[in-house]
Amino acid sequence: MSTSNLTPKQRMQIARQEMPAQDPAVRRNNFGEVNLGMEAELAKLEAERCLQCRDPKCMKGCPVNVNIPRFLDLLTAGDMAGAANSLLSDNALPAVTGRVCPQETQCECECVRANRGSPVGIGYLERFVADWARSNQDAITLVNAAPKGKKVAVVGSGPAGLTAAGQLARRGYDVTVFEALHRAGGVLVYGIPEFRLPKKIVDQEVERLVQAGVKIECNVVVGRTYTVPELREQFDAIFIANGAGLPMFMNIPGEHYKGSYTANEYLTRVNLMAAYDPDSDTPIIKPRRVAVVGGGNVAMDAARTAQRMGAERVSIVYRRTKAEMPARAEEVHHAEEEGVAFDLLCAPVEIVANEKKWVTGLKCVRMELGAPDASGRRSPVAIPGSEFIIECDVVVSALGTRANPLLTQTCPDMKLDKRGNIVVDEKLMTSIPGVFAGGDIVRGAATVILAMGDGKRAAAAIDDYLMAKA
Amino acid sequence: MHTIVAKAQLSPNVTRLDVSAPRIAQIRKAGQFVIVRRGEGAERIPLTIADSDAAAGTISLVIQAVGKSTKELVALAVGDSIKDIAGPLGHPTELIEKGHAVCVGGGVGTAVVHPIAQALSKIGVHVTSVIGGRSKEWVIYEPELRNIGDVVVCTDDGSYGRKGFVTQATEDLLKAGGVDIVYAVGPVMMMKALAELTRPYGVKTIVSLNPLMVDGTGMCGGCRVSVDGKAYFACVDGPEFDGHLVDFGQLADRGTTYREFEQEAAKRCADGDCRIGLSNKG
Ligand SMILES: Cc1cc2nc3c(=O)[nH]c(=O)nc-3n(C[C@H](O)[C@H](O)[C@H](O)COP(=O)(O)OP(=O)(O)OC[C@H]3O[C@@H](n4cnc5c(N)ncnc54)[C@H](O)[C@@H]3O)c2cc1C
Ligand SMILES: Cc1cc2nc3c(=O)[nH]c(=O)nc-3n(C[C@H](O)[C@H](O)[C@H](O)COP(=O)(O)OP(=O)(O)OC[C@H]3O[C@@H](n4cnc5c(N)ncnc54)[C@H](O)[C@@H]3O)c2cc1C
Ligand code: SF4
Ligand code: SF4
Ligand code: FES
Repeated sequence: MSTSNLTPKQRMQIARQEMPAQDPAVRRNNFGEVNLGMEAELAKLEAERCLQCRDPKCMKGCPVNVNIPRFLDLLTAGDMAGAANSLLSDNALPAVTGRVCPQETQCECECVRANRGSPVGIGYLERFVADWARSNQDAITLVNAAPKGKKVAVVGSGPAGLTAAGQLARRGYDVTVFEALHRAGGVLVYGIPEFRLPKKIVDQEVERLVQAGVKIECNVVVGRTYTVPELREQFDAIFIANGAGLPMFMNIPGEHYKGSYTANEYLTRVNLMAAYDPDSDTPIIKPRRVAVVGGGNVAMDAARTAQRMGAERVSIVYRRTKAEMPARAEEVHHAEEEGVAFDLLCAPVEIVANEKKWVTGLKCVRMELGAPDASGRRSPVAIPGSEFIIECDVVVSALGTRANPLLTQTCPDMKLDKRGNIVVDEKLMTSIPGVFAGGDIVRGAATVILAMGDGKRAAAAIDDYLMAKA
Repeated sequence: MHTIVAKAQLSPNVTRLDVSAPRIAQIRKAGQFVIVRRGEGAERIPLTIADSDAAAGTISLVIQAVGKSTKELVALAVGDSIKDIAGPLGHPTELIEKGHAVCVGGGVGTAVVHPIAQALSKIGVHVTSVIGGRSKEWVIYEPELRNIGDVVVCTDDGSYGRKGFVTQATEDLLKAGGVDIVYAVGPVMMMKALAELTRPYGVKTIVSLNPLMVDGTGMCGGCRVSVDGKAYFACVDGPEFDGHLVDFGQLADRGTTYREFEQEAAKRCADGDCRIGLSNKG
């Protein structure tokens, strides 16, 4: 039941509130967050746009079923603690998802108000409530169950691993997270840039898990430092969430030249290794012109990062048109505002270099959209003789990633599909009893919230599995 | 945190640090390396595990001070600690089971070849080590390798051992015959020369590649090398490969990515145009 006295008609009259953002001309030169967050007044007004549907379609669009009308209702009523506890009981990392979920294809796309005007700004409000919770930790009342005396290992500290660890700790398990890198967070710290997701937020979420009793061991590369069978001997169950970190290449001539980066390397140097900070030790090429190949979030992040590292011209090179780009709509929009150019309907054929093997350009061929394929997408076809060169001193390939075989190679009994992803049953258990998996290592490169959804489901499944055995 | 329990100066710019890392000391094998990050804000750099003491829980890192990260590491004292050490990484060396192996080490590469020689001798393979340095004071790991097998020392100036390069001494061994395999670790051009030397003799030659690395887990792709025309990641597929199939030219080119920038940056800054503000102030 709604606690506010506005009638649906009055609610319908409120227009969607805009997210205040840094001026594009200013922000393209800094790593500060682009979206500035809403003031309380604005957030309440936006929350009042929610019609409190009896059959909330928005929830069906959310992979973890956040009870959206409930937290929005508490927000309109001014009960921030209530809203925060409601949100956090459904979603372990709302400060993250509020910022990085592709809302336009998930919750907001299903919102009934989407058909008539614009949907409720669920992502912005989720961020608002989560940020309130971050500075009001005392108001969060979620508690751990009594210790169950069983140990669970989690491999990987990305969103899937962190969510599973939090849920398992709350269910009373003794949880240890093993992370290969020196810092926890997965793609949230090495991939997604500071201006979209401040690292401080991830660190706070990790700290909250540590407070809840989760142990985090960094610099442990499972498959090398310990194998899965070795961990199996020490832990009652294992959740594998090592992501899909293996970069794919274009397989065109010249990819080895100096100035040719994968997006993973480029973003890792800038984010995890803090090359954007002049005081860090990490070297990075500071180019004048950059061509970023790809059309997803990773490509947008690399392009906008290059822009902020001082490049004069940055372009996105994509085989199709803007309409087919898989990136979040807001990221494409922000990139455009910041002056990133779009070389659309272009496919790279070769990276060219000077005699000292430094990249000087990206040779592309122009494409046109042909007949729709089986999936309904019109597939691009090359226009013969249309080759041309995009001048640049750095090429970043952001073609996507696949399963990294490092862990699975040392676990020959585990069933994989032909792309190297781990095969799981409906309870997310792998072919090895007691070993579960989720996130990108199962799905292939997907989204933060799907990885978190897997973490949550796996924690429940591990609980069932261990309780049935007890 | 990994405490430094012992330190020794091996040559004018090579230092050995014995560092506590119990799990790695227990399971590491010849040919494997670790990724080390000295502290907050420092780079992640790869270093070979030159030796280990499982009982004491320590590993030995032999470090040639070439740039900022390595200089800062060798400046640490006994009792200081290193924040992050991840490993053991990479595949263990492919060892022959019997016969005669020649282990060639150039400069700090001698420390990298040492665990290979050690592992071979442990399983009964006859090892001849060919090690070199500019002059006497640059020769390292000689006593350790003498304990394992025969040693030929070469110095560029003839101040100790044979005068000349490790390639010449290796060629003599190849001519004498009976060499089953060569393991070579050192500067790229040395490994390339050795691979060319052994090719006509048909003697398998394993080299340990040292491209720039970031994560060491196969995630960034920065360490890609071309072997037999295919791209491999040295951190997870290597670091050792068949030297007859490696594209050394590509490795040498990529290895200079930041070196040239460093020099260029210094030059441009002098010219008053600082657009390549390389943050590495080495
Ligand atoms: C640049 C970039 C931008 C993105 N933007 C968005 C976005 O805006 N919205 C969105 O929803 N999604 C986005 N994604 C996708 C999203 O980040 C991933 O789908 C999500 O992080 C997957 O979570 P995960 O927990 O499965 O794995 P990851 O986040 O990949 O975490 C896996 C962790 O496991 C560690 N690990 C790997 N191997 C081992 C091992 N052998 N031993 C121990 N630890 C290991 C890794 O170091 C890593 O920390 C983006 C991805 C990238 C790369
Ligand atoms: C698998 C592997 C094992 C290694 N083992 C050892 C070891 O046991 N002992 C040791 O001293 N070094 C070893 N190295 C090399 C070592 O990692 C580099 O010397 C180190 O990263 C340089 O860092 P820096 O900040 O001190 O120098 P930087 O300032 O980064 O570089 C200084 C100079 O050294 C060059 N350089 C940088 N990295 C390398 C590299 N990987 N190989 C060759 N030249 C480089 C640069 O181009 C530059 O000219 C190994 C490298 C790899 C990949
Ligand atoms: S978690 Fe993502 S999809 Fe779900 S409600 Fe929040 S923003 Fe929407
Ligand atoms: S569908 Fe839209 S209007 Fe209805 S409850 Fe969800 S957010 Fe509110
Ligand atoms: S060092 Fe990053 S993939 Fe090898």
